[in-house]
Amino acid sequence: MTNHWVDLKNSDAVLIIGGNPAENHPISFKWITAAMEERGAKLIVVDPRFNRSASKADLYAPIRSGTDIVFLGGLVNYVIQNKLYNEEYVRSFTNALTSISADYKGPAELDGYFSGFKQSNAAYDPATWQYQTEKVSAKDGSGNEIQVSVPKQAASLDDPNSVFAHLAKHYARYTPDLVERVCGTPQATFLQVAQTFAATGSADKSGTILYAMGQTQHTVGTQNVRAMAILQLLLGNVGVPGGGVNALRGESNVQGSTDMALLFGDLPGYLGLPTSAQADLKTFLTKFDNTSYWSNGGRFVTTLLKAWWGDAATKENDYAFNYLPKSSGNYSWIPLFEAMYKGTTKGLFVMGMNPYVSGPNARLERKGFENLDWMVVMELFDTETSSFWRAPGVNPQSIKTEVFLLPAADGLEKSGSLTTSGRLIQWRNRVAAPPGQAQEDIWILDKLMKAIKAAYKDSSAARDRPILDLVWNYGDTIDVQAVAREINGYALADVKDASNKVLVPKGAVLPGFPTIATAANYDAIACGCWIYSGYFAPADDGSGVTMPAVKRRGQKDPGGMGTYPFWGWAWPANRRILYNRASARPDGQPWSEGKKLVWWDAGKKTWTGYDVPDYLATKAPDSKANPAGVGLAAQAGTDAFIMKADGKGWLFAPKGLNEGPLPEHYEPLESPTANLLSKLQFNPVVKIWDTDKGKAIGDNVGTADKFPIVCTTFRLTEHWQAGAMSRNLPWLAEAQPGMFVEISKELAAEKGIGNGDSVEITSARGKIRATALVTMRWKSYMIGGKKVHHIGMPWHYSWVGLATGDSANDLTPHVGDGNSSIPEYKAFLVDVNKVG
Amino acid sequence: MSSIAMLVDTSKCTACRGCQIACKQWWDLAATRTKQTGSYENPRDLSPETWSRVTFNEYEAGGKLQWLFLNLGCMHCTQAACVDVCPTGALQHNDTGFVSLDREQCNGCGYCVEACPFRIPRLDVVNTLTGEAKASKCTLCQDRVTNGLTPACVKTCPPGALQFGDRTAMLSVARKRVDTLKAQGVAQARTYGETELGGLGRLYVLTAPPTAYGLPEAPEYPALVNLWHNLAQPLGYAGAGLMTAGLAVNWLLTRRARLSNVEEK
Repeated sequence: MTNHWVDLKNSDAVLIIGGNPAENHPISFKWITAAMEERGAKLIVVDPRFNRSASKADLYAPIRSGTDIVFLGGLVNYVIQNKLYNEEYVRSFTNALTSISADYKGPAELDGYFSGFKQSNAAYDPATWQYQTEKVSAKDGSGNEIQVSVPKQAASLDDPNSVFAHLAKHYARYTPDLVERVCGTPQATFLQVAQTFAATGSADKSGTILYAMGQTQHTVGTQNVRAMAILQLLLGNVGVPGGGVNALRGESNVQGSTDMALLFGDLPGYLGLPTSAQADLKTFLTKFDNTSYWSNGGRFVTTLLKAWWGDAATKENDYAFNYLPKSSGNYSWIPLFEAMYKGTTKGLFVMGMNPYVSGPNARLERKGFENLDWMVVMELFDTETSSFWRAPGVNPQSIKTEVFLLPAADGLEKSGSLTTSGRLIQWRNRVAAPPGQAQEDIWILDKLMKAIKAAYKDSSAARDRPILDLVWNYGDTIDVQAVAREINGYALADVKDASNKVLVPKGAVLPGFPTIATAANYDAIACGCWIYSGYFAPADDGSGVTMPAVKRRGQKDPGGMGTYPFWGWAWPANRRILYNRASARPDGQPWSEGKKLVWWDAGKKTWTGYDVPDYLATKAPDSKANPAGVGLAAQAGTDAFIMKADGKGWLFAPKGLNEGPLPEHYEPLESPTANLLSKLQFNPVVKIWDTDKGKAIGDNVGTADKFPIVCTTFRLTEHWQAGAMSRNLPWLAEAQPGMFVEISKELAAEKGIGNGDSVEITSARGKIRATALVTMRWKSYMIGGKKVHHIGMPWHYSWVGLATGDSANDLTPHVGDGNSSIPEYKAFLVDVNKVG
Repeated sequence: MSSIAMLVDTSKCTACRGCQIACKQWWDLAATRTKQTGSYENPRDLSPETWSRVTFNEYEAGGKLQWLFLNLGCMHCTQAACVDVCPTGALQHNDTGFVSLDREQCNGCGYCVEACPFRIPRLDVVNTLTGEAKASKCTLCQDRVTNGLTPACVKTCPPGALQFGDRTAMLSVARKRVDTLKAQGVAQARTYGETELGGLGRLYVLTAPPTAYGLPEAPEYPALVNLWHNLAQPLGYAGAGLMTAGLAVNWLLTRRARLSNVEEK
């Protein structure tokens, strides 16, 4: 989340699209309800079905799964056409005025493609998406006058080369009529949504967008999120209280896991995993912009390498950069399981996860388990994954995989920190010892790493140095606070500034990452995750009592804005709302009294307010940029987005996205219709897997003639992900005992299905059974003048535990997003029929 | 009338069912085997193991669909038929006006089950041989409330749909909420429980007619109990002997039928 949970109370319009927080994040409704009751905020829910969140909404808009870019694009178009954007915000804080290469062409001109597509490797060359630059004179660090290239700014938003003009042209095609034809949302409903949400473009209003996997689990998932960001930037809703683009994470600490580089392409703190093309540290570090706060990226990488390899990481050996594994491909979920299926992957560790149930095209993925030599599962309960070898229809004697099930401790049986979706980190103390032989994950990992080190101890091979040199100093029995200290960062020697003043004495914890950015000898710092730096440092809890920041429970709320700065600690720098410089006008004063968060105090010459300013505290709003400067010196006092090379919020993304600088609608892999916007049916950069295509188990793709019904999956309040925890809890199993599929009354009537009937749902990948739940909450859709039925079902179930049923993921396709590779779970084709 | 009350604001309820589970957790009530039969509701009915549950009701009016959620449990009526028919005094209005249940004193006669206009109390068979049974129902967490805590369901409610406090204050919250909802265009918003059966200890804010939630539009004090009160009591216990005996036979027959149903389940 750019903002945080409590901040929802500051919103004037809450748009939920691709999420269902009433169901999956129940506590969010404490704050949404507060906004509705106390501010008269409007709640808008856009979803294929009328869900629990929709039951509380002022406005519910149905949308066909997989068409969010059209809906959001329609909103962008509405805001532009009706000039409802916050013009001062757009001109100052976004790249609206920046000129794009004259060679750039968009889908409006190229029938769905952007300029630069290469058919040969199904990829774009982004050369034509770049900013135009111009040379200006500036003084470098030594005071010499030099010529520097800077992005060329257009004189007005109407300039045809400006980002804004390109944006307007691109989205002019996203009309209310198109929304109705593609999404199936009635125009009148869409326009009500547009009018309500666009009203937050007013300087004294703010609107928030909440989303979850309904946005991301598509082949255009990343661009869905981009579309939301564009809308929010236009309305001036980023960086302000009650605004933001807010990802509601699906598990209590998945934000923390992501911060620690859970994903295959990353290092802790989003530093990015080097690729095999980046052979040395210097080459790797060229990826960091030199004209943003990322100019410190090299320092953050260095302190991470020092945390991992300590004395073995020296300036002379590139701080052991060559010890880091280098990525040479896509190691995301689908390729991982494809490799398992093909027998390339030999062993698998599964920690607190149940891939038997949660992976797409699950029948194929499960076959992959059978090719493993070994599998280790760390879990609270026996799961379908740990028991795959004895699943119905499987002969255990034919399975060679050796499976180890290690009983693990529950969240309340261990101490440590959890990070919420709002980046708030809270320390929790163990409340009970784990039962029997169960152990904390960290205990298991500590034993494992010590055993690995012992196994390699006699090796003299260079390739084993990363293991042997790895710093592993958390005690005989691992102490989670020692790990927290390393994540926070500490001084390996006295850390000094340029004038030789000691900033942090040897052995002390780091007060925060600004020390890494300013220290002369920053390589005397070990820091496991720079964005967490400061979270374990001593801090006041607001009452004069000092403790590690993350453990604080101070309840002061300066300004009543719900920032609660003394409660726990939020990354980065205990900042509760990201980009909050933008909560003030370009001149540094709040947009309105009601949305006051941080502002420039001209008397004290400092930024101040109710949150930690996302800015250099002493940088005045009228500061001029020095184009020859390094880091933030290259940015002006109105450049609110300090992590971007040009200091601007990107309406148009010249780099970073594989399928184009602007979100463009393409249909899901399996769709009931031709793309009604262009001739390009499908995201052209997405790899379509075709292993064993045509076989009973394979990467098969269905078509609308055989599978005419659109299907999506969802979660239930009562169950947790793949169900390992909740399907073993009697009260929850009692509340949602088994698999069902939600079907509209109209479809039920057509198919002769009654409520409670047993039905079979088939896709090109498989078939499952479920109980029909016939409901008024689903309606049929009119797509391009043709009636399309849409159904949905939970994906929690399988055959182990107290609540059992067939798995929805037996039906989902093996295809992922064009950038993140997240599987397209949320839109696929099926047929449904009554059993017997 | 109770001096304190619980307010169920259905306009805020998201049906997370934290209340249903919290009740089971606090009272250590066993989970029962349930089956998906085409509904979010499970268990499908109150039982000795389920004293409170949330019902899900789809209601379409004026082209607008509502998914109505109702936290259901003992209403703690002022004119509580269950209290009036209870022969052992197990069911009583306590100091706060709630209907308390002392299971030690309950003889399992089942009169309360039959008398309740909301079908709340249930009998569990303690001894299948003798047919000995005990009644059970929500007591609004007497143990918690008398120790200064809110009922378990109220404590757990994320959106604040469940509130608990002085009845006058709860009523004022409810009325204000209804005004707000009406101003927002929810024409059918209303309170429920203000005057019904002399005033309920479980008050509601509804956004649709009570019947759309499965609640009686105008709950009635059972005529049979009325008869007993208005006719039998003034005549004196001696004169009422015959009638009481007749009623008792009637109750017993009904109860036997009920118990056999329970066992079949």
